[in-house]
Amino acid sequence: MTDSLYERIGGADAVDAAVDLFYRKVLTDADVSHFFDTTDMDGQRAKQKSFLTMAFGGPHEYTGQDMRTAHAKLVEDGLNDSHFDKVAGHLQATLEELGVDAGAIGEVMAIAGSTRDDVLNR
Amino acid sequence: MAHIEFAAQQHDLTPDETVLECLERAGHDIPFSCRTGVCLTCLMRVSTGTPPSPSQAGLRESQKEQGYFLPCVCHPSEDLELVSPSDAELYGRAIVSEVTHLNDSICRVRLRTATPLFYHAGQFINLRRDDGVVRSYSLASVPRLDDTLELHIKRLGGGKMSNWIYNDLAVGTALDMQGPNGDCYYIGMEPARPLLLIGNGTGLAPLYGIARDALVDGHKGPMYLYHGSRTAKGLYYGDELTALAREHENFHYIPCLSGEEDDVRGALGAEQGRAEAVAMTAHSDLAGWGIYLCGYPPMVLTAKKLAFLAGAALHDILADPYEMQDLRRIPRE
Repeated sequence: MTDSLYERIGGADAVDAAVDLFYRKVLTDADVSHFFDTTDMDGQRAKQKSFLTMAFGGPHEYTGQDMRTAHAKLVEDGLNDSHFDKVAGHLQATLEELGVDAGAIGEVMAIAGSTRDDVLNR
Repeated sequence: MAHIEFAAQQHDLTPDETVLECLERAGHDIPFSCRTGVCLTCLMRVSTGTPPSPSQAGLRESQKEQGYFLPCVCHPSEDLELVSPSDAELYGRAIVSEVTHLNDSICRVRLRTATPLFYHAGQFINLRRDDGVVRSYSLASVPRLDDTLELHIKRLGGGKMSNWIYNDLAVGTALDMQGPNGDCYYIGMEPARPLLLIGNGTGLAPLYGIARDALVDGHKGPMYLYHGSRTAKGLYYGDELTALAREHENFHYIPCLSGEEDDVRGALGAEQGRAEAVAMTAHSDLAGWGIYLCGYPPMVLTAKKLAFLAGAALHDILADPYEMQDLRRIPRE
């Protein structure tokens, strides 16, 4: 039996390695940084950790409805496809920086991409 | 919506309401101070049910196991049955052994406890006055160096507790004390890592404790303490910190003044600007550093973001934001 994506990518350790890198990238991008709360950075980091765990194929309890509720306010504030693409780009760059192989990156990006309609409340 | 039961009464939570807000709406008089999950004044315990984990953040493992949680940040997803912890579980007595006025707004208070308190420099305690007012103060003392607990208290316009302490507190007074609390303290796991300590106002108290704790523990990495104030008198303890820097080659003290003329600043050898801005300009790569941020919340928030963007890992950034209860009651524009 082949290992799951989550196991191949390195599991919880990979999430820990990725979360600060990813959060730093989105916060330094002026086009999307205002969508990310900095009044509660630890809370924000925890949310991103659960998102990355899901995108890495790990155990999660996300539903499409959670994604919708969590982003509804941001969509009202103008969150759109261009922002989604930028954040997805930061995720891809994070994985490349960590030396994740191209096949696994493709799988992660496919999972992340599958949330687009829920995130954008369509 | 979840229900809560307290004092043999059932209450329905409205959406977005915290347990504390619900109990207040029902007429219960629950002690509180910061209402942001920091100070632990409103600490309660569940007798049935599991409190959501964000409402237990910052508590000790043993407290979590016993069902303690913070109602001010608790949005329960299941029904909970609550009890107030008894005073004896939480509070001990401390006797004031010294009150020294460092200048016309800041004083140093020293306390003795009947049994030695096990704590780390930089943690905070809650003091309760006889009329029930509770406030949090950070510990500037170091268990290995000092035989009393040391607090630095600045009197604030409208500050009930701080003005009383500054003006009226006498040596020999007994106060109720809870603690220690908080996770902003020195961890001696990596004695060679550089440390950056940034504080404003009496945010110096925990940093003074943490710095001395690290030095007595044999910390070898460079340590930079930036103390910021708008006015010159806010830079108290300059002599103590200068002496500490003279004794320890790896300890550096950098006072910062954001609101004084050049000549005043020059006489004190202070840098111009806010402590966090001066510090971040001097240290642009903080990867692998340990960071301590203490004082007014806007500074702590800004510095946390800047330190993170300069490469510090979030879990290496420890913060002690001073939530000021009385000031927040004053309506803001």
